[in-house]
Amino acid sequence: MTDASSRTPHAEESLTVQAEQAIIEPPTGEVVMTLRDVAVSFAGKTAVRDVSFDVAAGEVTALIGPSGSGKTTLLRALNRMHDTVRSASVTGSVHLGDLDVYGPDTDATLLRSRVGMVFQRPNPFPTMSIYDNAVSGLRFNGVRKKSLLDEAAESSLIAAALWDSVKDRLKAHGRTLSGGEQQRLCIARALAVEPEVLLMDEPTSALDPIATKRIEELVGELKNRVTIVIVTHNMQQAMRVSDRCAFLLMGDDKAGELIEFGPTSKLFSEPTDPRTLDYVNGRFG
Amino acid sequence: MTTVEALPSAPSGRGRQRALPDKWYRGMLGVVALLFGALAIWFLVAIIIQARPAFSTLGFSWIVGKVWNPTHNQFGLLPFILGTIESTAIAVVLAVPIGLGTAIALAFLVPSRVRPALSTTVELLAAVPSVVYGLWGLIVLAPLFREHVEPFLTSVLGWTGLFNGPDRGVGLLLAGVILAIMILPTMVAISRDVLIVVPTEQVEGAMALGATRSQVLRKVVVPGARTGILGAFTLATGRALGETVAVAMVIGNAPFIAHSLKSSAATLPSLIVNNFGESTGTELSALFGAGLVLLVIGILVNALARWLVWSTGADAAGAELGR
Repeated sequence: MTDASSRTPHAEESLTVQAEQAIIEPPTGEVVMTLRDVAVSFAGKTAVRDVSFDVAAGEVTALIGPSGSGKTTLLRALNRMHDTVRSASVTGSVHLGDLDVYGPDTDATLLRSRVGMVFQRPNPFPTMSIYDNAVSGLRFNGVRKKSLLDEAAESSLIAAALWDSVKDRLKAHGRTLSGGEQQRLCIARALAVEPEVLLMDEPTSALDPIATKRIEELVGELKNRVTIVIVTHNMQQAMRVSDRCAFLLMGDDKAGELIEFGPTSKLFSEPTDPRTLDYVNGRFG
Repeated sequence: MTTVEALPSAPSGRGRQRALPDKWYRGMLGVVALLFGALAIWFLVAIIIQARPAFSTLGFSWIVGKVWNPTHNQFGLLPFILGTIESTAIAVVLAVPIGLGTAIALAFLVPSRVRPALSTTVELLAAVPSVVYGLWGLIVLAPLFREHVEPFLTSVLGWTGLFNGPDRGVGLLLAGVILAIMILPTMVAISRDVLIVVPTEQVEGAMALGATRSQVLRKVVVPGARTGILGAFTLATGRALGETVAVAMVIGNAPFIAHSLKSSAATLPSLIVNNFGESTGTELSALFGAGLVLLVIGILVNALARWLVWSTGADAAGAELGR
């Protein structure tokens, strides 16, 4: 308990300690999530380590880097999705506001209703209608009142730019939608719970270019409503949608590590680390 | 002559060489499939031919007749039809919740170290011959039911009228319980297999919305696996409908409509197995008729299951699972 309270980190905590390994330019505004020395390992084998940065409120933070750099692994540490994997262990600290994400008293299911997630492949629930999909998160959280559910379904589907095309067939199956629409349904489903942070794990990797463009536009619109952390292997996408970028790279021991963190414009135009420069110029990865 | 023809046709010659075994393969499969189809038709036709004398002498109404008394030329099948449906219903009502619960536990809740041992036990139970279950039911369970289970149920649920009459041990209830025990392994093994293959992305999708473990299971995993669970249900029901020896050993074999769960009764299979040795003429033909009725009930249950799958719109989920 004393241990947990003594390491309550905030933006003001010095980041220079990590500067030897990673170049970090912390955001100046309000911070929603704080990562300090986060490492994830599976069965003792480290997948990503020593990641420290702050997620600024109302911004889109992108995690970029080549395959194997631990982007998705890191993202899944933020809402404790690794809990289901017995061999997985997460060290370091992740804070959502004042909440210690990995604190002993933290309820992972409650946390996940504050930190939503959208996956690589659209995964609407195949046994549920569009409406039921949209309000599924609220139902998981115990909301039963029809008027509340109706309201949430409409507002979240509007926010996900899906309302106009589905409002007349809310009872249809989620699987009747196109891939891009399914992904927007999954975004609506996550938004309905009104999370503070929305994690997006390569949300366009299974979509065609037009559907991808619409999701990217949506990300831009949504950041007024929710803080977004997005994983992408597509640098153009990171440039288009994000305000801040974390560049990860696989080290010599196959574990991903943070190389550079800073405003997207700076990372792409004048990166400090030569490896970042090589990556954004497409020299590897 | 031959060389001239062989040269230009060389590529297609090689192609033909590859095509020939393929043709053979398809032909052999076709013959096997035809044989199987012929066997099924022969079987069905033979039963119908054997049952026909009963229909021609008794008409059709004998099927729903209430009295089975061969010496008076009465071959009513209703007591046996009801006995079959009732014992199967008891078995299914008991086995579905227990089986599904066990399958969920085996698939998700039991520590992975003990999982293989438990799974093997379940599969071994499915391999026990039914006559052994019957013997166990008659010698071990029947006294237990007579002394303890039936008096207890009568005192608690007697008001329903389902437990009227003396405590005998053998009867409809015991037959249903034995059937439940016999179909449990089928329910558990198949349900577990289909629960396990519900896509991880579905489970994670629910988790990421703040669903608890039990919500993930109830709202996503079980609905996602419902096509397969219905399949398990159909197979288990089919086995209960057709089970013969074990039921014949514990049901009491009384050719009357049961008025209570404790009554002795009989099923279509137990009727056949108890009488085929000494039957001739119309009685033997009526036994074939009983077999035909059993076949029809089985087909109806299958059709019902298919309709359930179709009407709940589980096709998409099924396709998803099939990949």
